[in-house]
Amino acid sequence: MSHASAKTLTSPIFDNNPITLQILGICSALAVTTRLATALTMCIALMVVLTLSNTSISAIRRHVPRSVRLIVQITIIASLVIVVDQVLKAYAYAMSKELSVFVGLIVTNCIVLGRAETFAMNNDVPASFLDGLGNGLGFSLILILVGTVRELLGSGTLLGVEVFPPVSAGGWYEPIGLMLLPPSAFFIIGLLIWALRSWKTEQVEEPDYRAEAAR
Amino acid sequence: MPDRPSENWLQRLRDMPNDRPAKTFIVAFTVSLVCALVVSTTAVLLKPLQLANRERERQEHILAIVERLPGVKELFATVEARDVEAHVVELSTGNYVRVLDPADYDQRAAAKDPQVSIEIPAKHDIAGIKRRARYAPVYLVTRGDDIKLIILPVHGSGYVSTLYGFLALAGDANTVVALTFYEHAETPGMGAQVDSEEWRSQWQGKKAYDEQRRVRLGVALRPVNPASPDVSHLVDGITGATRTGEGVSNLLRFWLGEYGFGPYLEKFQS
Repeated sequence: MSHASAKTLTSPIFDNNPITLQILGICSALAVTTRLATALTMCIALMVVLTLSNTSISAIRRHVPRSVRLIVQITIIASLVIVVDQVLKAYAYAMSKELSVFVGLIVTNCIVLGRAETFAMNNDVPASFLDGLGNGLGFSLILILVGTVRELLGSGTLLGVEVFPPVSAGGWYEPIGLMLLPPSAFFIIGLLIWALRSWKTEQVEEPDYRAEAAR
Repeated sequence: MPDRPSENWLQRLRDMPNDRPAKTFIVAFTVSLVCALVVSTTAVLLKPLQLANRERERQEHILAIVERLPGVKELFATVEARDVEAHVVELSTGNYVRVLDPADYDQRAAAKDPQVSIEIPAKHDIAGIKRRARYAPVYLVTRGDDIKLIILPVHGSGYVSTLYGFLALAGDANTVVALTFYEHAETPGMGAQVDSEEWRSQWQGKKAYDEQRRVRLGVALRPVNPASPDVSHLVDGITGATRTGEGVSNLLRFWLGEYGFGPYLEKFQS
């Protein structure tokens, strides 16, 4: 793998992470991370959709008229999402019921359309494939972190296996109910962004507005 | 690509500028066609698996209803999905309706639809539910050819809410095995005791009907004389929840009576 393609694959993981830097895909990051298992399923579903959509859109990029390019992209993305949803319903029925509409909502996930429009339309197929995979991994990294924290602190379990025995079952751990509610995902993502930007200071944005006194 | 008549044709399409309307149309059409093929192929190929999943879920749902009934565990060491069958009954005749799938039939929604429900005449509406669906689901638990349990959905007005529950009768369609409510909003600590293990356990072994096939099952409003035949029909009321008790009595009498499952249960007598 050349240096450039390695960069395409790895840069979305830390340097240009779709969730923490571009702040995209927040909806699913909030909704499906109460448990690690649902977060993992969502990661796989999104990675499959993103990689395939990037690859196929890149393959036909020279022949997509500008006037209909968004419709063409969305048609391809929506079809892939339906396929993934159907596969989940057939092979992971319980999980698909739990994820309910959120698999279908991958269609509207800005990461997928964003990568199609900004990357796949302008780059060749191998690079687009790697970009899709890389962004999928970047998304997954955050979802897995958030899912782990929320399940561990909210229920005292990981992938359904008891880690901290809860008080209700005679243990010592008092589950934090807030962790099971969507706002906790905001807090965790916020802390992750803070941590990441303290490490990679080039990600820190210029303030939109500076108070007069601060000059 | 669906087909390629000649290399020449494809070559021309490839060279066609993207801003030509024909190209726009061809690209849009081809993308739609390919996507439609992919989606429909997946849907058709995976349909059997998905149907099997739904069927399994339906069985588990019925099983959950059965297992929720108190006393069932003592009756059977295990209840398996294949021992439970569901039917839809036409209440007025007591016959099974084969065209309706019990898994999809929603009795509560049907009760609101004038097409598939009836208005209960005021003097017979003892359960205070105003309308009832023409059809109702029933669940039978069988062992071999024997019917062990007849499970009937019942509902009616309590003190401040509508109580929804299941009445389980033994194979004689008369002896109560259990009465359980899965949804209500009665006063916590008072009427809400209809949920309590202790109160529910009283129902086991009571008889729904007397010798003359009159519905006698219910909640006693005053102490029952141990010598009277009422003992085999009535359970003790809940202290401080007279109205809830009355509601339970009324809904049982309604659903066991001629406007409820009466005609259906009659068939088990012959």
